[in-house]
Amino acid sequence: MAETRPGARAEALAAWALSLPALILLWAMLLGPAVAVLLLSFTGWSLGEAEMEWIGAGNYAQLAADPVFWTSLRNTLIYVGVCVPATVGLGLAAALLVESVGRGRGFYRAAYFLPVASTLLAMALVWEFMFHPTVGFVNQAFGALGLPVTDWLNNPDVALLALAVIGVWQNLGLAMVLFVAGLQGIPRDLYEALAMDGADGPWERFRRVTWPMLGPALVFVVSIIAIRSFQVFDTVAVLTEGGPSKSTEVLLYTMVQEGFTFLRSAYGAAITVVFLVFTLAITMAQTILLDRRAHYG
Amino acid sequence: MAVASVDLIGIGKRFGATEVLQDVTLRAADGEFLAILGASGCGKSTLLRILAGLEGADRGQVRLGGEEVGHLRPKARDLAMVFQSYALYPYMTVRQNITLPLQMRRLSALQRLPLLGRLAPGGRALRAGITADVDAVAGPLQLSALMERRPAQLSGGQRQRVALGRAMVRQPAAFLMDEPLSNLDAKLRVEARAEIVAMQRRLSATILYVTHDQVEAMTMADRVAVMQAGRVLQVAPPQHLYDEPASIDVARFVGSPPMNIIPALLDETGMVELAGHVLPWHAQGRAGARVMAGIRPESLVPRPGGLPATLKRVERLGAEAVLHCALPGVEDTVLARVETAIANGLSPGGTIPLMPRRVLLFQEAGLRMECRPHPAATPAMEGALG
Repeated sequence: MAETRPGARAEALAAWALSLPALILLWAMLLGPAVAVLLLSFTGWSLGEAEMEWIGAGNYAQLAADPVFWTSLRNTLIYVGVCVPATVGLGLAAALLVESVGRGRGFYRAAYFLPVASTLLAMALVWEFMFHPTVGFVNQAFGALGLPVTDWLNNPDVALLALAVIGVWQNLGLAMVLFVAGLQGIPRDLYEALAMDGADGPWERFRRVTWPMLGPALVFVVSIIAIRSFQVFDTVAVLTEGGPSKSTEVLLYTMVQEGFTFLRSAYGAAITVVFLVFTLAITMAQTILLDRRAHYG
Repeated sequence: MAVASVDLIGIGKRFGATEVLQDVTLRAADGEFLAILGASGCGKSTLLRILAGLEGADRGQVRLGGEEVGHLRPKARDLAMVFQSYALYPYMTVRQNITLPLQMRRLSALQRLPLLGRLAPGGRALRAGITADVDAVAGPLQLSALMERRPAQLSGGQRQRVALGRAMVRQPAAFLMDEPLSNLDAKLRVEARAEIVAMQRRLSATILYVTHDQVEAMTMADRVAVMQAGRVLQVAPPQHLYDEPASIDVARFVGSPPMNIIPALLDETGMVELAGHVLPWHAQGRAGARVMAGIRPESLVPRPGGLPATLKRVERLGAEAVLHCALPGVEDTVLARVETAIANGLSPGGTIPLMPRRVLLFQEAGLRMECRPHPAATPAMEGALG
């Protein structure tokens, strides 16, 4: 190659030197562990063993044949499938309501956000009481209204749904806060132009301006709520322990059981890889969608 | 509705403790281009928003074509507005932006439904009519090739034309424009000015045009209303506003470089005494009365026997030059606008005699006073006046 501009080599060296710390940290803190988990999932290692044996896709073959894993994956997908639309829908409704009040906006925002900020582990106690078959608020209220009552957390038909209710309750505030930020970014001009153009009803305002302008916020909220729902663990661990009869067995709970309770670290790593693939897919979908339509300029 | 006149009668508006509009009365005749000119915060945009129905007035009436519309919502007023930001819908194409006002007006709620609306009876013919009208508006605005683009893919001038198209497509009773050109660069602004004026002539549209730019107001409007601190100071055709300002505030606001406002006295015969010199201008008033003399920069001409001015700086504009001068006993810099050839012979520090060709007088409180050239002027000054 012909001699390049003088100093170009030094510049390239400087560029590498300057980005090196960031690259090292990126690999050490973020990408490295993921790769480590991936490699671990191809071994037969258990915690405490001195030797690490490469078994290829053995763990994955075992996963594919394990009915508990399939139940767990199915339960997780149902949980996410219930939580995401409910949280996003209610979060948007809450954001619209909170933004429409004149006074006390700060109070409502803080109130909705409280569950996000609090420790779910502690709040699970409250929910356990709420769902208590006899003295719990839910059954008291359902009973008073003449609705069917049950032992929510111990009935295999509804236990997952009960956990989803807690999940929605916890993430609602986050969705709301993100939507509020999106709503505040909508120029008032657009609503005024719309009024001049002949549309000033709430439905037309929502359909013609609010909803399309919230597009980028919506993509972000859906993906973050989906990821957080995939991560469901605390409530399962504290309230149901995956039961009754595996009806609330979810990915992370299975992973923790295998990896930490039964010390089958490599098997747990394989479940983690499955979990990471889902998270990665959501993140990539979000990036692609946002790149494509977020830039209204 | 066809093109209509617009009346604002005794409009008052408060925001909390601030009175933003005080008893504003304005009329734009059928087909008139009325500019509302004022510095930012003078209430001109609020006035336009009250007219549009986006803001409610505390007092007063809004009439369109003689009919009271103050109680009507914006969409029922048959007005179109061009916003400073253009307020185009960013997620819609140019075509969709311009089509929306017609969809809202001509199609029923059922026909407007997404997807299902296409099946609603009677929609097809209406939609064809809307498309034809949109195309008819887009052509003259040179938007035909841009119809499928989104606003983010357009230049500032193109966006401005889309905003104009969205307003025109409905053929409203009147157009309201809120600083529509302030986001354009200087060259585009001159072009857009011509476009809007041409559009106004073509449609004989009534336009209320809010601006802080006096050049826009002066070059485009049939009449200009000058506003300050929530009041209308004067409404007049541009040249009249320039030549015969009703008050010192109007005189100061209109004209660039601004009018010289110089403290003066009336002597015992009513002659105007300025910077120690008696000028051949006469006014009714008691002897010793303090007044303000207003002299446009272009009516100060270098001439023997004029006011002894010390030249501080010469500002060259090409064809002409602005002389920055000091007059004895006058605090503010006095500006004179002369041909470049005259300025070439001058150097800062020198003294030049400046003779006012026209003097406007204002009371100290700011109102205009009558002031005429005096027949018994000194010979030297008479020469200047001739």
